[in-house]
Amino acid sequence: MLKYLFKRNEDIPPGTSAVFFGFSSIMWFVIGTGLGSFNAAKLAFPDFVMGSELFSFGHMRQVHVFAVIFGWISMAFAMAMMYITPALGNTKLWSEKLGVWNCFLWNFGLSLGLTLLWFGIGSGREYSDFPWVIDLYVAGFIFLPLALNVWMTIVTRRTQGIYTTNWFFGASVFMVTIVFIVGNSPEWFNLTGLSEAYMTWWFAHNVLGLWITPVAAAIAYYTVPKVTGNPLYSHRIGHLHFWSVVVFYSTPAAHHLMSAPLPEWLKSFASVEGVLILVPAIAFVSNLLLTMTGKWHMFVENVEIKFTITGVMLAIPLNMQGGFQQTRAINWYVHGTGWIVAHAHLALLGFSTFLEGAAVYYGLQTLLRRKLYSLALANFHFWFLLIGFAIYWISMTIAGLIQGAGKIYEVPYIDVVIAEHPYMIARWIGGTMVFTGNVVWLYNMYMTAKAGTEIPEGRLPHELAYER
Amino acid sequence: MAFREYKVGARLFGVALGGSMLITLYMPTVDMTSVAVTETGLVKQLSYGRIGGFSYEDPLLRGEGKPKTVTLTKDPATNADMETVQAFVYEPGIPFPSGINHPRTLGPGATELSLDKGRISEADHNAGAVFVVRRGSHQGETLHYIENATATRGWKYDQVLNAGGDANTSYVGSGKIMFVREGCWWCHTLLPEQTQDWQYFGIPPRLGDFNGESPTAFGSDRKAPDLLHVGSRNSSKEWMMMHFFNPRLVQPHSIMPRYDYLWGDKDADGKAIDYDGWRSAYNDYAAGKTLTPPDVPSYQSNSEIRYLMDFILSLK
Repeated sequence: MLKYLFKRNEDIPPGTSAVFFGFSSIMWFVIGTGLGSFNAAKLAFPDFVMGSELFSFGHMRQVHVFAVIFGWISMAFAMAMMYITPALGNTKLWSEKLGVWNCFLWNFGLSLGLTLLWFGIGSGREYSDFPWVIDLYVAGFIFLPLALNVWMTIVTRRTQGIYTTNWFFGASVFMVTIVFIVGNSPEWFNLTGLSEAYMTWWFAHNVLGLWITPVAAAIAYYTVPKVTGNPLYSHRIGHLHFWSVVVFYSTPAAHHLMSAPLPEWLKSFASVEGVLILVPAIAFVSNLLLTMTGKWHMFVENVEIKFTITGVMLAIPLNMQGGFQQTRAINWYVHGTGWIVAHAHLALLGFSTFLEGAAVYYGLQTLLRRKLYSLALANFHFWFLLIGFAIYWISMTIAGLIQGAGKIYEVPYIDVVIAEHPYMIARWIGGTMVFTGNVVWLYNMYMTAKAGTEIPEGRLPHELAYER
Repeated sequence: MAFREYKVGARLFGVALGGSMLITLYMPTVDMTSVAVTETGLVKQLSYGRIGGFSYEDPLLRGEGKPKTVTLTKDPATNADMETVQAFVYEPGIPFPSGINHPRTLGPGATELSLDKGRISEADHNAGAVFVVRRGSHQGETLHYIENATATRGWKYDQVLNAGGDANTSYVGSGKIMFVREGCWWCHTLLPEQTQDWQYFGIPPRLGDFNGESPTAFGSDRKAPDLLHVGSRNSSKEWMMMHFFNPRLVQPHSIMPRYDYLWGDKDADGKAIDYDGWRSAYNDYAAGKTLTPPDVPSYQSNSEIRYLMDFILSLK
């Protein structure tokens, strides 16, 4: 990567930054899920690696969360933007050099931030744990260059119109920069009190709702039509999806604090907006699944479609859960339990990961012009990811329901801990399966780059037969 | 911009996002900041100090730059007997909390009382100060406010620290840093819920309890008992010591990690702590080879475990 940092922009081959982002994201996925497996082992077996401050759960927990969110998910997003945005505008990326620098500085800054978190140096606010110095770095060297690159690529496009994916990419990258700056301002200005707690969750919610959700959905809007060859089912529903995300997803931040002494009008407002999130959800799912008309055999045969459609289908329980669990009627039971952890992983590991995983698979093959090294390993990855995630999701949902019961029946707290122990073990097994799948994926993509079959100009990866 | 719809759309987008931020950020903040701080909120912010996370004064989260809470039974200036009072001592150089630097955050009524009767604006962090919480009334309402005892009663920080001695001094602020750094809040919540579990864990916090506190550290998903009122349920230092050193000593099925490393290198008598020896003695006990577990070493008065325990026991 270092040799491209100082080349002239014109000398950097198109797709370079996307490939770097792609491999970086897979590496962070391996690291992040490895950390997750380690943390889950500690919850199931508390004396696993004891006596060391650095390897204690309290220090390691958030390193896992940030590695998967800012390492895997966000970098896979960046990769998708680096190659999809120009493709949709029938042009080249505005600046490959900026993209390569973005990737380099992103890796550096994230490593630095994670190291600080590892040592316990954080702000004490969930999801905005990075100390404000790192926040400035993230805003200035991670999101701003990405936003600039995407916007300039869209502005200098050679097509007249802008496709759905690019609406989302452009809007989300702009929104996440604002959300990041505004959301971390309590730290910079030392805001205190419940307003500060509320803004912390405004930040967390909007990273999920205005960055992770829309960009993952946008990626599917590209992958499915591109790989199947079908046009998008409905442009109008795409409109509905986009606008309802902006309006309904940016407002229900208070639903994370339904049990806190926030003003009741705010909680009610958030609840209503939160149920309305089902509007973009249903729009998205219906639009994408109807786009598959006549091509459902690809769900079985094609890796990218397998991943994408699984992600789209997981959006159904995700939004049904999400929409209703944040009403007071249900939230009183599930708040602060493992159900919420299960929901978080359904969103990030289920919905989001499967969608951008497809983009990374497709993108790396297309940009390197090498067909996937081994379909068997890709299927292994898919099934280990899916089954591992399913075990995680089901076990944590059950554990959460037990914890909720513990809240109402007022049993001694230790009884709840004893009851959820088997599910903690199951969760560890599920998470470790995900980690194992990812290690295999890293190997598969590395071998694809080194020894995959060359794809001739103008052909798509799945049009070629496997030689092995 | 090829289609004019894009111009319209971009402007609508700005209106939508701006409107959403107005309703979800500006309006709630105006609403929430119109509430006066409660006594709990004042005690918390005065004992925690300026920031409970990464800050200039404590970038490595070691508990530095934090005030000390001293329980006084005698007036430190005149040595006369008096009713028990909690004094919050800020040595020179220790930054003041939000309520002193920005009195507006105390809310209507409490702000005026603190400025007029409490004389908090006379406090200078380079000279050090001592604060207490007092009750007063403002426009017919009974409110709590901060009194700058250095200005009103002549209590100097060193006098107060000497009058209290180590036995009556609590390092609550430094302890909160331990709580944040060691990640206790990832399992132990500090928020009994409004809908239930307040019968088990105590009364849920009120809006005014948070003025001036940063971060609020509600906790994440709960995997352990709520601790907001733990000091009222369990004030035994001995139980706490055993629980921190190895939770399974007092709670065999606990999944809490061991926090033995917070004891540091030496115990209270200055002897080096033999962690490996302790662990193998404990393993023998757990396997049934010995009848009693090994004793937990007593901690030094400036160890991190002392800070953490002072914080936990202050959560009444």
